[in-house]
Amino acid sequence: MSGHTDMVLVDENGMRIDGRTATEHRPIKIEAGVLKNADGSAYVEIGKNKVLAAVYGPRECHPRHLQNPTKAIVQCKYNMQAFSVSDRKRPGTDRRSIEISKITAEALENVVLTELYPRASIDVYIEILQANAGTRCAGLTAASVALADAGIPMRDIVPAIAAGKADGHVLLDLNKEEDNYGQADVPIAIVPSTDEIVLLQMDGNMTREEFDKAISMAVGACHEVYDIQKDALKRRYSNNKEESESDE
Amino acid sequence: MSNAAISDIKRDHIVNLLAKGTRTDGRGLSDIREISAMIDCIESADGSARVKLGNTEVIAGVKIIPGAPFADTPKSGVLTTGAEFIPMAHASFESGPPGEDAIELARVVDRGIRESGMVDVDGLCIAEGEKVWMCFIDMYALDYDGNLFDASNLAAVLALKTAKIPGTQYGLPEWDRPLPITCTPISVTSSKIGNTLILDPNFDEEHISSARLTVTTDDNGNFRAMQKGGQGSITLDELSQCLDAAVEKGKEIRETLNKIIG
Repeated sequence: MSGHTDMVLVDENGMRIDGRTATEHRPIKIEAGVLKNADGSAYVEIGKNKVLAAVYGPRECHPRHLQNPTKAIVQCKYNMQAFSVSDRKRPGTDRRSIEISKITAEALENVVLTELYPRASIDVYIEILQANAGTRCAGLTAASVALADAGIPMRDIVPAIAAGKADGHVLLDLNKEEDNYGQADVPIAIVPSTDEIVLLQMDGNMTREEFDKAISMAVGACHEVYDIQKDALKRRYSNNKEESESDE
Repeated sequence: MSNAAISDIKRDHIVNLLAKGTRTDGRGLSDIREISAMIDCIESADGSARVKLGNTEVIAGVKIIPGAPFADTPKSGVLTTGAEFIPMAHASFESGPPGEDAIELARVVDRGIRESGMVDVDGLCIAEGEKVWMCFIDMYALDYDGNLFDASNLAAVLALKTAKIPGTQYGLPEWDRPLPITCTPISVTSSKIGNTLILDPNFDEEHISSARLTVTTDDNGNFRAMQKGGQGSITLDELSQCLDAAVEKGKEIRETLNKIIG
C-alpha cells in the first residue's frame, strides 16, 4: 500500500497492466479432490496465485481444551511456503499468518453445520505455493471447496475476492503491482445465498463512495467465483465417480 | 477475546433490553462509554497513555530507538505494534506469548496507524540506508470489560501524539523534538447481537455477540482500516450503518482526545 512507483497502473483507456478492465478478475481455475490422504482438498489458481487447501475431519479435537461440548470447531492453518514469494519467506508461523488463519476459520465456521459434530474439530490447511496478491481470498475460496469435497455439511460455499484502489481507480482483484503501489485493498467473503459478509478487511485510504463501489464490485465478483467453485465440485463428482467408488 | 460463558438469564436480560433500545449500563445502542486518559504517565517511555473506556483500561507506551531501516525503505522510520492480554486484566487471560486474539488486535491497531500515515515515517531518517528511528508501540490490557480494540487504539494514538524523540539519549541532540504526527486515526467497533448493532460493547455484550466490525477513519472521515471478526455475518445494510457510526463517532472521539491533550 505504501510503495511508490512511476509505473502507470491504469492507462487512459482504463486498462490495467495485465490487460484487465476495472471490473475483471484474473483467470480463475479450481479443481476439487486433488490430494489422496486428505478428507477433502482443492487446488485454486487466481492469476499467478497457486493455492492448495486440505480438510481433515470431523475428527478428535486437539488440543483437547478447545473442544466444545455443543458443536465442532473449525481450525485453520494458513501457511506461505518458503519459495512462494520473490524473497525467500522464513518458514513458520508469523503474526500475519496467525491473523489470516483466525479470520478464515471464523468465515468458514459461519457456514459449516458445526452443531452436528459436538467435541470434534474440522481442520483446514491452506498452503500458498505461489503468491501474487490476494492469497487470503484464494485460500478461503479453496478451503470452502475442500470442505464441500470432504462431505462436510454446510449451508453454503464461501467465495472470496478483493477489491481495491490503484492510481485512484476502484479495481477488482488487485494483482501484485496494484497491491504494492495502490492505495487500498478490501478483501471480502460472502455467503452467496444471502449476500451476508463473513470476512471483511480493509487497509489504505478510501472515501465512502469508493468503498461502496468496491463492496458492490467484490460482492458481484464473489458470485462469479461461486459459480466456478460449484463447477469444480460438479466436475469432480461426474468425472471421478467410478474412481471414488472403487476407493471404498 | 476469551472463552467466558455468559449465563442464559443474563443473555436474555441483555437481549430484552436491546429490544427496548437500551443496555444494562443504561446506554443507548450507539452510545460509547466515557473516555478518560492519563498521558505521559510513564517517564521511562518516550510517549505513554493510560486510557479508560468505561471499565476497560489499557496502557500503551512508545519507545523510540535508532536502528537499521528495511532494505526496501532506506529513508523511512520503522513502526512496530504489539499487544498483550495479561492475566491481571481478566481471569480468562493466561500468561505466555500473545495468542491469536492479541495478535489480531495489535495488527488492526497497527493498520489504522500505518495506513492513515499518522506517524510521518519519512521524517525519521537519521542516515539513509543506515540509521532511522524505530518506533515501538506496546499495549497492555490492564482491566478488561469489552472492546479492547477501541481502547487500545485510543491508548496507542494518545501515546504517539505525545511522544518525543529521545535524541540526546542516543547522542543526537539535534533530534530532540516531538514525534512527527499527521492525523488522528480513530477506530469505532460495532457488535452484532441477534440483529441489533451496538457500539462499544462491554464484556457481557461482547461475549454474546456473533460478529464485530472495527472501522478506522482519519481526520477527513475517510476509511483507513477495517476488520470484521467473529463467526457471525453482517448484511450490507448493517455494514452501511457501521460505516456511518464510525465516521460520526470518530469525529466526536477525536474532539475528546484533543481536549485530553489540551
